[in-house]
This record gives sequence, structure tokens and C-alpha cells, in this order.
Amino acid sequence: MASFKPTKIPIYPKLGEKVTPDTLYWKNYKAPVQIKEFGAVTSIDFSPLAPHNYAVTASTRIHIYGPFSQEPVKTFTRFKDTAYSGKFRSDGQLLVAGCEDSVVRLFDVSGKVALRVFKGHTKGVHVTDFTSDCYHILTGSDDYTCRLWDIPNSTELTSYKEHTDYIRCGTTSKLNRDIFITGSYDHTLRVFDARVEKSVMTMDHSQPVESVLLYPSEGLLVSSGGRYVKVWDLLKGGQPLVSLKNHHKTVTCLGLSSNGQRLLSASLDRHVKIYNTTNYKVVHNFDYAASILSLALAPDDESIVVGMTNGVLSIKHRKSPEEKQEVAGKQRVRPVYRVFVKGRNYVPKKDDFFVSKPVKSHLAKYDKQLKRFNISKALDTALELWRKNRKPDITVAVMKELDRRGTLKNALAGRDEQNLSQLLNFLIGNVVDPRFTPVLVTATEMILDIYQAVVGQSSVVDRQLVRLQELVEREIDYQQDLLEVLGMLDTLFATSLPRKEVPCPGSSRPNGLAEGGLGAPGPQLQAA
Amino acid sequence: MVAHAEIRVVHRGGSKINFREPVITNDSRFLLCASGESVKVYSSSSEECVHDLQGHTDLVSGIARNPSNHLQVYSCSADGTVRLWDFTDGILIKTFIIGYPIYSIYVSEKHGGVVFVVVPMANDKSSELFQLVAVHLPRSGDQEVEARELSAVLCDVSPSPGAASFGREGEYVAAAKGLQLEVFFFKKQKPYRFFLKPGIKKGSKNAFTCVSCHPKEDCIATGHADGKIRLWRNFNQKKEYTYSTLHWHHGAVNTLQFTPEGTNLLSGGIESVLVQWRYTQENQKDFLPRLGAAITHIAVSPDGSLFCTSHSDNKITIIQSCVKVSAIIQGLVKSEGVRTDLMIDPRSKALVLNGKPGHLQFYSLHRDKQLYNLDIVQQEYINEEGLDQFEVVKAAFDAHGDWLATVEERRQKGSELEINLKLWAYDEQTQSFVLNTTVTAPHEDQITAMCFSPSPETTMLVTISFDGHFKAWLLGASWSCDFVGGYHLLKPGCCCFSADGSLLAVGFQEVVTVWSPSSWELLTTLSQPPGAIRDLCFGRLSCSKYLLGTSTKNQLCCWNILTCSLEWSTPMDVSLLQADPLSENIAAFCSQSGCSDLFVFKPGEPRPLYSQRALCTGKVQHAIFAPRDQMLESCEEHAQWLNRSQLYFLTQHMDLMTFSTKTEEDRLLASSKRLMVDNSVAVTPFYLLLGKHRLQQQQQQQEALTNPMAERIQLPQGSIAIKELLYTPAHVLPSASFLCSMFVRSLLISSSSARPEFNPEHPVQELELCRPPHTGRVRIPILVYYRLHTIYSSPHTI
Repeated sequence: MASFKPTKIPIYPKLGEKVTPDTLYWKNYKAPVQIKEFGAVTSIDFSPLAPHNYAVTASTRIHIYGPFSQEPVKTFTRFKDTAYSGKFRSDGQLLVAGCEDSVVRLFDVSGKVALRVFKGHTKGVHVTDFTSDCYHILTGSDDYTCRLWDIPNSTELTSYKEHTDYIRCGTTSKLNRDIFITGSYDHTLRVFDARVEKSVMTMDHSQPVESVLLYPSEGLLVSSGGRYVKVWDLLKGGQPLVSLKNHHKTVTCLGLSSNGQRLLSASLDRHVKIYNTTNYKVVHNFDYAASILSLALAPDDESIVVGMTNGVLSIKHRKSPEEKQEVAGKQRVRPVYRVFVKGRNYVPKKDDFFVSKPVKSHLAKYDKQLKRFNISKALDTALELWRKNRKPDITVAVMKELDRRGTLKNALAGRDEQNLSQLLNFLIGNVVDPRFTPVLVTATEMILDIYQAVVGQSSVVDRQLVRLQELVEREIDYQQDLLEVLGMLDTLFATSLPRKEVPCPGSSRPNGLAEGGLGAPGPQLQAA
Repeated sequence: MVAHAEIRVVHRGGSKINFREPVITNDSRFLLCASGESVKVYSSSSEECVHDLQGHTDLVSGIARNPSNHLQVYSCSADGTVRLWDFTDGILIKTFIIGYPIYSIYVSEKHGGVVFVVVPMANDKSSELFQLVAVHLPRSGDQEVEARELSAVLCDVSPSPGAASFGREGEYVAAAKGLQLEVFFFKKQKPYRFFLKPGIKKGSKNAFTCVSCHPKEDCIATGHADGKIRLWRNFNQKKEYTYSTLHWHHGAVNTLQFTPEGTNLLSGGIESVLVQWRYTQENQKDFLPRLGAAITHIAVSPDGSLFCTSHSDNKITIIQSCVKVSAIIQGLVKSEGVRTDLMIDPRSKALVLNGKPGHLQFYSLHRDKQLYNLDIVQQEYINEEGLDQFEVVKAAFDAHGDWLATVEERRQKGSELEINLKLWAYDEQTQSFVLNTTVTAPHEDQITAMCFSPSPETTMLVTISFDGHFKAWLLGASWSCDFVGGYHLLKPGCCCFSADGSLLAVGFQEVVTVWSPSSWELLTTLSQPPGAIRDLCFGRLSCSKYLLGTSTKNQLCCWNILTCSLEWSTPMDVSLLQADPLSENIAAFCSQSGCSDLFVFKPGEPRPLYSQRALCTGKVQHAIFAPRDQMLESCEEHAQWLNRSQLYFLTQHMDLMTFSTKTEEDRLLASSKRLMVDNSVAVTPFYLLLGKHRLQQQQQQQEALTNPMAERIQLPQGSIAIKELLYTPAHVLPSASFLCSMFVRSLLISSSSARPEFNPEHPVQELELCRPPHTGRVRIPILVYYRLHTIYSSPHTI
């Protein structure tokens, strides 16, 4: 007497992207925390000091958040107009920010009032930064000039007026206190040396430059502007190394992951793309709700902070390993410990007589019902499972099993309005999925056969039938289009290949089966 | 032809054991069943075949216990004889020649010296009408007796043995045929006939299928084609008979059987569920579900402790009082068509082919026993007619037996073909194949052939399909599709790897394409129109440069791969081409005017090594070379091809045949005789100690019985066996705990088996009754038992 063999639930291959170490790494973040700011978030900067607070510049104020706080730990509000580019000094003590009113203010992180105020620009200052020796400040302004200021004296040291349009980005070298780079809307990037009167290097980005980034080694420079991200080799005199075009709107911000292996770019098209810095291929992609203006990564990639045009600040924290386990463990209620150890540590004595008990196999509820030939109940149970966890695999497998037993029609018949609409809901949700189509098309045909007579009696069912019809018609159109594209591709391949006895390149007909099966229910629906 | 007479085509195992109802002996130790032309005696506890009672010259069609001697059975056969056997020793006692082919046999305790047999009504074999006749067996001492004293009991009965049954104390016999139940009373010498209506809706669904009579009461149970069981009572009147109806089966009731006390009624059908109905409380039923295949016969042991059911998949299940399956005797399963070809498992050297639905069976050719079934489909089998089930259609082993590939398909009306390709890895620990990978829909149409690459470096599988493509599946970290190839959208039909795996030949209708599996380059095409390629086969060893192909237009071609040219071709309708893996030989089966011929040849030589005309009727579709365990040393030229491996083939009637030489048969016969003696007694450690003395002791006892005075003098300690047991050093003997329980058990058996040793016809029967010999015999072991206890409880052994 063999035991009952349970219904096999096939494991379907996952559609879509492949699982790579990168996707695993970048998916390992919690759901984002969202904070509403007063206006568009133009700049985010992490403090280099231990708790790694970050300054968020939005509208007329700068908020400083702690790593896990959702309320600002500190706020700077002494701006007359929109503030820009709040930046920490490398020791984390001072913060500098530009403003639309052309004044640059320097704050003590623990204080409230500006320590120094640098006046001299004639238009709004969008770029501020500290030099690596911590005594000077670089600013870039809409009056086309960039200047260096001395902090102790609060005096202007030098001014460069080489750009011919707004300066909207810039960065200082972390290795040399005299070198800094600015990018401007005149499409150029310029490298300046404070010891020289003029710029030492000029690169043409050919789009208004929105952001620049220096690699930690400072041999490579990354600039973004328009839809392009470009990488320049500074050691070869500013030779363009690679040009990336992966966004379909202006790339506004750049970032580098902590180990320097991955480059991030954020854009107005609401995506953040992550590149591998060895081959510059996109390895991952984040989607956000609105256009992105600013992006920053915490040291060690502990969190990703993104500021958007609608004033929303989104913070994603990395999952800690303990939390991951906790989530997995919570899914199942385990029996108490006692159950497992019961009798386990009993050591049989030498003359003991062993009585082996057959291991009782556990059957799922629908399997128990199938074993008893309760087919309608089994189908109900399977549908219930789908409503609970939204996974159609089990439901489809049970339908397939019923079809194999030749009793699917009996199981589908004899349902009331509520039951039928549930069934139709399931079909509407899954009938066009190519993995399930072969089974569900037969089920759909059977339902139409059985319930043909009652069409028109219930508005709910009728509405669903119309929806199903629309769905099927749309799917047929898709398949038609796909076939046309395939035909075109085939002709292209045929002309491009040399005439030789070459084995044909495989049966690459995706969804070929779905197309054949779906033709059937369409006309029937119309007849009904 | 005369020179070839030494090579014979012989049946090699795998005959039906479910043809007729098996018989359980009185002591429930043996089970007898008709198997082809012989009767097989199985041990009901160990499932081993103990004896093969050979003597009939045609199909054995029934077995019945001899009611006057429980150590003897009658068997009847289509050769027109009834034979009486002693099944414990496997001896033919008597042969009664009836003269007509016999279809079934019945015996009744009340009718001593008479057996009832079903024979055709007219003298010729082709007659459609049968009659039940009583045969008076003549009492004579001859081995072979003609029994001509026949008297007809009932006319126009069904030849099926389940359609007649003897009632309470043999007073009446009930036989059913079609819609009529006929009861014949021996006292009144009068038959009563009862008719059923043909059924209201669906034609003759009311037809009787089987009959069983209650052993203690006047009640007849009949089974019907629509699944109903009717219990008839009051049938000794024409008018006032009554019947009640039981209905559980949804298909026809194949068999019915009352238990010996009449408390339960057992029924079985296509559902493969054994149903036990309580007599007089019919709403109480017990079920034993999922017995594997449709039940064809049920037999109950005379003491009611054992049931056994025969199944349509050539299986006998032994059940202990309807709760536990205790043993399964499985023959070679012969499904409708062997869709997977015959294969040899390289590890176990077992023959592998389709078994029961959705399974592959591994069948040992040497032991004529099924080793195990491998569940390929892994789905609950629904026993219902008209269902489209998954079928295993292709299977292939790789060269070392590490991998098994199977293809299963299910074609349903109105929907597309479902195909699964499964790859099984051999698991050393469980000694069986474990599912590794499943590929759903590997091809868009039926897979026509499949083979593994024999090259040792890579594990590669090639499948070819009617969708016009062949695919190569390669084992890397996991199985993946390595290459998809095709040729002008032609449909491929067969494929073959060369012996070293460096070439792959695929036959696309009329064209043979040769590919290199390392680069997947099309190397060359060979073609010999007209006619599509049916079979392809590379030569082995020294002939590996030859590629042989057969075409549908009766051509056998041989190409030389080195020159890419046709070496020779001959007009022959070759239905099957099979290469011996261990030699250069190739066997070709040709069908000619309804018969099959065999040619064995080497591709390089023009003359066939061996040929046999008119091998069997019909086409041979499946054949395989099975490698021998040890090489034969045959020096005759025409028999040399059988030295390394043996050729097995399946005829159209699904008989497994093989070729054997005379010397080999002699050896087989000798070994089987030796085996028989060993198997008749269960070998236990105790037997090893005592068994050799048992015979001697018995002889002594026999003498003692004839001479009661001598018996009194003999002391228990005098037995040689016990002496040996007591004087053997204790450390040489098995442990006491092990020996004692077995010892006590052996006491129980010895008291019951002691009975058969005293033949009822023995002249000393009277003596026995007045002074039972058991008392003396049993006391000896008990004494020994106590002695053993004292020995083993002494400190030096513990």
C-alpha cells in the first residue's frame, strides 16, 4: 500500500533581473524613512565624525539629523533667502553654506549664530567647500566667479573669473590644499591651482555641468551634466575616459560607495543608478517617487539619503544581520522546545526491543481534500490560499491536478455569485501570465461553458467577464505585435548572417504557447 | 541450419503470475500461482520462489488444493491434463489426461475423487461455448492415467474461473454468464436460472462478472459490470428469491471472495482498493486503498489469516488480515507498449523498462525478479478509465550509470502536449536514483530519441524532437542547454554517438548529419535516398569507423566515416539495429512475411556471423545486449557472438526471449537444482546447528515408532544434535539472547510442522493417536532450553 503522493507545486523560474552579489548588496536596505522638508532638498552632506550626522539643505534652512533620528538634532535658520550647499569641514566642527542673497555663512556645529559671514559675491552662491588644510573656503557663484576665502581673517584671498556662466558645482582636492575643480553651465570643468593666477586645466563636458566628483585617488574626475555622466583622467591632462548615458533626464548628483568600487548617479528621471567602476556597467537601480536633486551615502554605506524636488527626504538604512534573522524566524510559530527534546536524549539499552513507528507524513489541507476526492473543497482551499498570500503557484497546481484527474469541470461548477466572482478575480489576475496560461485557459473555457446560461443575471460577474474579455483582447494584440517584431528580427538576422550551413539559433519564441492558447476564449466571450 | 541447432531461443522469465487466482496452502507458508507453463511456489514470508513445478506443455489455467491431502495441489492446463503435485518437494505425483483444453478447475470437499473442470462444448478448440463437467479421477497407481469418466453439470458457462463457485458443503454450484445466474443443486439434480434486466440506460451494465458463495449459509454474492454487488438468498425457489444490493465500486467488480468463516466479503476492482464488507452488516466496510493497480483476483488462506490479491501489473500482494501488506511478489510488468526501449542499468546490470504507469522497473535477469520500481512521474495515480495519464516515454543511462534521464509526456485531447525531462543522479547512500533536475517543456513537440554522450570527460545528453531541433544538455554546475541545432527544419528521428563520443550522428528524415559535440560544427551530411532514416548505429572497437543506418525503404547502409562514403548497402527490412557494447557485433532484426529473422554481423565483414530465420511471429521492436558476468568460453564460430553478452528481445506478444547455448543451459539447470534444495528450508542459525541432524533423527524416530519398545529406552540426551549443542564451547555459539527467542519460536513451528510428517495413509496412524509422539519430542528441547539458560547465566560467558 503506497502512501498518498501530494500535489507537486512546480518551482517557476523568477522572471526579470538576475540575482547578482550587487543586487543582494543593494537590496539589503530597509524600507525608506521619509521626512518632509520645507522645499526642494538641494544638498546633503555627511559629517566625517563618528555618529555621522548629516546636514540637509532645503529652502531657507539647514537641518542636521542624527543617524537614526527622524527629528532634526540641530537647525540653522539664519538665512535671508534660499540656502545652498551646506558642507561639513573635515573635522566635523564647522559648517559652511551659501545663500541666494550672495552671502556665505560659516557656523559652528554646536552654535546657532554664524561665526563668520563672507560678503563679496554679487549673486547667489551655490557652491561652498573647505580646502583640505581646513583654513580656506571655496565658493562658486552665479556671478560667474569662484573665490577662495580665509577663515581666520574672513577675507577674500583670490577670485577667478574664467567661467562664462553660472557655477553650480565644485569640489576641492583632499590631498592638495591648493587645488580645486569647478563645473559651470558654460559646459566646462576647470581645475584651478590657488598658487597660479589662471586655471590649469579645462575640460569640455558639452552640457551644463550639474555635479563633479573626485575619486579618492584623485586621478579620475567624474562630472555629470545633461543626461551624461563622464569620467575624465586627470593624470592624462583631462582626457575623457568614458561617457555614460543611462538616464533619460538631467543627472543632478553623483556619489561614490564607501569602498570606491561603485559609482552612483541620481537624476531628475527619479532613478538612482549604480555603476561598477571597473567596467562602468549598471549593476543596480533604485526608483524614487520624485525627481532627485541630491544624494549622499553614509560611510560604509550604512544609509542612502536622497533629497527630491517635492521636498521629501528619503533615508534607507542597511539591514543589520540580527534583524534579518529575526524577520525569517517570525514567520512560523514553532512548537515549544519540550516537544523536540521529548524522548530524544533517551539512550536505548542493550536488550531493548525497538518498535519503529511509521513516520506520519504531513499533508496540506488541499491535499487532504484531494485524497478524499473532495474536489470542490480542494479548489476552494487553494483559492483561499491565493487570497491570503497572493501567490498563484499553489492554486494553479491544484487546478492542474484537478484537470489531470478529469474533474476540473465538476469542481468549477455549482458556484454562487460570490464564489464565481472570486474565481473570475483569480483568472483576471493570472490568466495572461505565461507560466500559468496553459492551465488557466482551460479553466476559463470551462467556466464560460458552465456559466454561459447565467450571464446577465449578476452585474458583478458581468463586469468581471467584460474585464476578462478586455484583458484577453489586449494580450492577443501584444502577442501579435511581438510576433511582428520577431519576424522583423528574423529577417535582420537572416541578412546579417553569412550564407553557410549554419544551425539555426534556437527556438527563441517567447510566449509562443500563450499566443496559441489565448486565441480561444476571445470569440467565446463575444458570443456570450 | 543444422550447425546452428545448438543455439536455441528460450523464454527467459517474466511470465505472468496474475493470470489465475493464487492458492495459499493450509499452513499459510506457501503461495502457489500459475505462471506460464509452470506453477510457481513462493514462500509467503520471504517472497522467494521456492519451487517451479514444471510439466505442463501449455498455459496453466488453474490451481486447486487437494481437499483430501493438504500437501497436494491439482493444476489444470490448456494441454488437456490435470496434474497432481506435491508442492513441498516439487514432485509431480500423477497426471490425469482429460483430452480437452481445460479453462478452469474447481474442487469441493464433499465430492471426493471428483474435480470439476470447464472445457469447450464441442470437441474443437475454436468453440465459443463452454461447459462445466465433473471428472471422476480413477484410482490407480500409474503415473499417467486417462480420465474418461466425464459427466456434464452445467452447459453454457463462462470460461473465467471467477464465474462459478461451490456453495455450502458442496450442495450446489452457482455459475454466471452474461445476465444469467444459474444454480445447480446436486441432490435435486436440478438447475434454477435467474435473469437480470440488461439495465435501463447504458446497455448491459448489469452483466455478471464474478460469483462467490457463502461457506456456511445459503447466500450467493455476485459482482456486476456497473460496480454493484448483489447478495442472493432464497434461491432454491423459482419465484421467491430475493437479493440485496451493495454499491461502492465505480468500475466493474473484478473479483469477490468470502472469508472461510463467512464473516467478511472481500471485493476488488479497477480502483485498486480492497474492500472488506461485514456479512449481515453491509454498511460497515473496511478499505485498504492504493494497492497499486487494478485487483484481478483475491485469495484467502484456509485459516483466514492471510489474503492475497493479484493485480493487473503482474503483482501479488500478501495482506495480513486486511490491515497490513506483508509481502509483495512482483513479476515483470508488461505494460501495453514498451515506449522506453529496453535498457541495461550499467551498475546493477538490471533490465530497465516501463513498469507500472509512471514508473521504471529494474528487473534482474539473473534472478528473474523485479529489483525495484523507480517512481518517475511522482503523482498520485488515479485509477479511472479514459484519463490521460503521464507516461514515461524515453529513458537513458549514461555510461557509468551515474545519471538517468527520463522523458514523460501527457497528451490531452484539446490541449497541448505536456513534456517533462527529468535528470536523476545516482545516490550512493540510498543506492537509488534521486531526482536532480526537472526541465518542463524541453521541446515543443514529442521527443523521439535521447542519448548520453559516452565520452568520459563531459556528461552530455542529446534530445531530439519532432519540433525540428535537437538540444544538447550539458552538466556544469547544474544542467543547462548547451546547444540547439537543426537542419533545414527537417524532423529528426534518431541519434547516435560514436563509441568515443567525438561524433554525433542525427538522422533528419533522409539525411544523416554528423556533428562534432566539442564545437557543434556540422561536419558532414550523408544521404542515401529514397526512404527516411529509421535507425542509426555506430560500430564499436575496431569497427568504430563505420556508421550503420536503416531506412524505411528497406535499406541497410554502412558508411565509412573516414572517407565519408557509402561502404556497402543491402536491401533488407530491418526493424531494429542493436550494437553489442562489448564487441564489434551488431544484431539486425528483419521482418519478412510476418516473421522475424535475426542477423548478427560485423560491419567490416561481408558475411554474417550468425543468422536465424523465423525467430518468432511478428516484428521484434525491442532488443538489448546484456553483458555477461563472466565470459563464456565457446569455441564454435557461430556461437562466439554470445560469449561476451547475451541478446534479449521482446516479441510482439511481450514475451521476453533470449538465445542460449546447450552448455549454458546445462549449467543453469544444475545450479537451479542446487538452489531448490537450499531454499526449501529457511536458513537460520539454528538450522545450521540442528538441520544436518534432523534427517537422521527423523529416521530414527520412524524406526522407533514402528517399535514402541525402542522408543522408551531412548533418552533425550542421546540425540547427536543436542550433544553437539551442549558440548560445543559456549564462546563459539551465537549469543544466548539471540538463540533463545529463535529457539522458542522453532518449538512452535516444529509442533505444527510435525503433523505433515505423518501421512494420513500411513499404516501407523492408529498407533500415533493412542500415544502422541509430540510429547516426547517437545520435552527434549525444553530440557535443552533450561540447560542453555544455566550455561549462559554462568559468569564466565557474561
